[in-house]
Amino acid sequence: MKFISLTIVFFYLSIVASFAQIKSSEASFEKRKLKFEEANLVNSYYSQDGNNSAVTGGVGTEKLTDVSNSFDLKLSRYGKTGLKHTYTFEVGFDTYTSASSDNIDPATVTSASYSDVRIYPSLSWNIANEQKGNSIGFSASFSGEYDYTSIGGGLNYTKSSKDKNRDFSVKLQAFFDTWAVIMPIELRSNYRFEGYTQGDNAPRNSFSAALSLAQVISKDLQVLIMVEPAYQSGLLSTRYQRVYFNDINNFNPDGSRGTLKSEFLPDNRLKLPIGARLNYFWGDHIVLRSFARYYTDNWGINSSTAELETVVKITPFASVSPFYRYYQQSASEYFAGINQHQLSNTFYTSDYDLSKFNSNYFGAGVRFAPPAGVLKLQRITMVELRYGHYSRSNGLSSNIISMNLRFK
Amino acid sequence: MKKIALLFILAAFYVSGMSSCTAVKAYEKIKLNDSEMELSARKAEKFEQNAQLYREGSSGANGGKSGGGCGCN
Repeated sequence: MKFISLTIVFFYLSIVASFAQIKSSEASFEKRKLKFEEANLVNSYYSQDGNNSAVTGGVGTEKLTDVSNSFDLKLSRYGKTGLKHTYTFEVGFDTYTSASSDNIDPATVTSASYSDVRIYPSLSWNIANEQKGNSIGFSASFSGEYDYTSIGGGLNYTKSSKDKNRDFSVKLQAFFDTWAVIMPIELRSNYRFEGYTQGDNAPRNSFSAALSLAQVISKDLQVLIMVEPAYQSGLLSTRYQRVYFNDINNFNPDGSRGTLKSEFLPDNRLKLPIGARLNYFWGDHIVLRSFARYYTDNWGINSSTAELETVVKITPFASVSPFYRYYQQSASEYFAGINQHQLSNTFYTSDYDLSKFNSNYFGAGVRFAPPAGVLKLQRITMVELRYGHYSRSNGLSSNIISMNLRFK
Repeated sequence: MKKIALLFILAAFYVSGMSSCTAVKAYEKIKLNDSEMELSARKAEKFEQNAQLYREGSSGANGGKSGGGCGCN
């Protein structure tokens, strides 16, 4: 918590310092004045339920609620050499309650794991040469919650073609995380098998490289293609998730059957997603926004995603956007349900997020951006509300409602 | 489904590589500059993408998170 506070203070001081520097040089070079570009407030409420909780071995409640909030602020200024510097500060704050996490220790009525708060500030700095059409950026991020801490950094480079019809960008990111190992209550005192035990701090590192190419095809059509290979290493298992093996004649003290172990997965994962976006302005009032992705990894998961959103512009300042997303994935080779794993298996999980399923997600958004400001408040230039319903073929369903307020 | 996704992506590759792409002038970009035409997810989609990231086995190539931080219950 102390680290979180220090991080926030650091980011705050960085922004204050930026303002201070600009003020001191304002008199000599007016163009270097820091300009407020925009700010966004995004809030959402998420609620899910299902009956395949990994904490209880692949059966049991998955009830969870999450309230998420984020605020970002974008400022810019031109340097002496004419380069444009853009600073973006973002802070996020999530609060969740999870019935399944509460079952890490079911004896407690409401354990520490029942609810948690996550805070995640980040800062990015982008330097653009608008004449040459290229830019370079740096970012730093932090995320902290009860049992998980993450420190991240990133670099990005973008090059635009002379006619600004094509953009190529590379984004490299690295996250260095630490996870405090929490075991199911039954396995805390005598479980000394397969790596980490209760109370250990385990690393989890993630590295990714996103390459993207955006191309204008015509006056009303543009496309983007992105490849983002990612590599993760360290503790990739969630150790408080239970796995019950297929020796069902072996009874546990709580009446459950089969040898009980803590989830165990390989300590590395290589992911390869490739995605594309294609947006088309159809006529004068309709925008078709589409997205497709194919994904594969070395845990045996292959997935496909297809998404279509139709934006109907009712007036120049108001639109309605119904959307639909279809997703399907194959199971990880390490997944099996309760009492289905063999004791000879090297790796095992009963987490249904890694099982074979398909999902449907649909909903709609409404967006208002009146020239006089939302509710005649000039500073609030846009408000967007979205609702989505998600259902998975194995029974999990969720609802999410989000709001974005934009200030300029 | 997998074939459809691959076909879509291949088609996008093909289209972006076409030398016959129209050279669109800056003054012709009224529609392309519309905020709804941005080739990125909406800000309001941020937490939807997070939920999908945690509830599904795949991630990345959509402008969302591909690692780091958790909030993964």
